[in-house]
Amino acid sequence: MYDFEFARPATVDEAVALLADEDAQALGGGQTFIPTLKQRLAAPSRLVSLSGIAALRFVRMEGDLLCIGGGTTHATVAREAAARFPALAALAAHIGDPAVRNRGSIGGSLANNDPSACYPAAALGTGATIVTDRNTHAADDYFQGMFTTALEPGEIVTEVRFALPEAASYQKFVQPASRFALVGVFVARMAEGVRVAVTGAAEDGVFRWTEAEAALEDDFAPGVLEALSLPAEGMIGDMHGSSEYRAHLVGVMTRRAVVAATASG
Amino acid sequence: MTRVAMMVNGREVSGEVEGRTLLVDFLRQQLGLTGTHVGCDTSQCGACTVHVGGVPVKSCAMFALEAEGAEVRTIEGMAAPDGTLSVIQRAFQEHHGLQCGYCTPGMVMSAAGLLQVNPDPSEHEVRVWLEGNICRCTGYHNIVRAILAAAAELRGDAAAAA
Ligand SMILES: Cc1cc2nc3c(=O)[nH]c(=O)nc-3n(C[C@H](O)[C@H](O)[C@H](O)COP(=O)(O)OP(=O)(O)OC[C@H]3O[C@@H](n4cnc5c(N)ncnc54)[C@H](O)[C@@H]3O)c2cc1C
Ligand code: FES
Ligand code: FES
Repeated sequence: MYDFEFARPATVDEAVALLADEDAQALGGGQTFIPTLKQRLAAPSRLVSLSGIAALRFVRMEGDLLCIGGGTTHATVAREAAARFPALAALAAHIGDPAVRNRGSIGGSLANNDPSACYPAAALGTGATIVTDRNTHAADDYFQGMFTTALEPGEIVTEVRFALPEAASYQKFVQPASRFALVGVFVARMAEGVRVAVTGAAEDGVFRWTEAEAALEDDFAPGVLEALSLPAEGMIGDMHGSSEYRAHLVGVMTRRAVVAATASG
Repeated sequence: MTRVAMMVNGREVSGEVEGRTLLVDFLRQQLGLTGTHVGCDTSQCGACTVHVGGVPVKSCAMFALEAEGAEVRTIEGMAAPDGTLSVIQRAFQEHHGLQCGYCTPGMVMSAAGLLQVNPDPSEHEVRVWLEGNICRCTGYHNIVRAILAAAAELRGDAAAAA
């Protein structure tokens, strides 16, 4: 790992100022970024740790919205979102392993937008709002392809706001070595309609399966999905599964999510 | 170099570190606490598990400077000062929960983290919890047995521990 200057500010304003330098980068829980630094795939001149900013760690209701601070760990979300939004808490409780969940953060996951990460599916699958130090992004505009988001350099995810679904479930087919999603599907029946978001499958990262949404809008039952299928084109194909296999798994996991959401809702 | 200070196993410690110095390297190289092992250095194996702020983390995936002011506990802090093993450590010994012992410090710290939040785990819960701790020797059965026995003993359930 190349060395860097390490800063650990106590407020978002200080962090934003420290990140204004061209080669500065934010450090969330470090569960993705520290391995990246070790491989010398990144060489920031300054690392701005967000771990000293208490104001970035909270889970609370504001009106009808569940609001989660950008620095909140997966373990805290698993615990504190369980009563209001069980599907989100369960998603957080199955990211990696307990030690990873004690460091990794929702803001880091959404900023990274790994094509196999779990939180992007929840954010897109509920139409969440991603709040930053300078902007608010609708999930539909925020995810812009593998490891790419609407964030500008130095922009910090400070909060994520979720409207609560009437029924929802995230079903993940685990890639057993990495514990990421080989395919993960978040299905939510929202007040404005059904949303289906798929992670792990597509080369462009998380996406909405609109045909499934339309079918489930008419009848929220797994059977309506039997007639639908996704093309293998554009799906990830690797040593863990071919693109045809992933396309098939999307259907399977979506049906499982509908069954689980129905049971929970 | 930057000065860093933290509590390790109840003792105030400090040292000079670089930005990139990992917590595990600070513990092993500067404090000489070599009980915390580095198995993979890629966040996979859990041999480097320590407690920071009372919860298990992978010390190879955290910078020393992020632990500034924190309470850290390592395997050296598990036994009593006179060397008497903790209940969990003794259970690993009694139930043959280790062979080469390389993974053991991480296993013990991870198990301690589990029993703090769940004093009465099922076998399945123990296995799921250990997802981030890899052992190349034991096949896990005796590790799970040891943790279940330690849990029972800590609950004061002597019959189940026997
Ligand atoms: C063994 C293992 C298993 C895992 N399994 C899963 C899994 O099953 N599912 C899953 O979804 N993830 C998984 N992860 C990844 C984990 O969830 C990470 O915590 C997460 O992807 C990154 O969050 P972080 O807080 O650690 O961010 P970091 O690693 O610190 O940062 C990642 C990127 O985000 C930026 N960043 C961090 N915080 C912010 C912020 N608040 N605002 C703006 N930018 C920010 C950083 O600059 C960096 O570019 C796993 C990781 C490991 C090591
Ligand atoms: S050495 Fe830290 S997880 Fe393997
Ligand atoms: S006892 Fe050898 S690695 Fe676990």
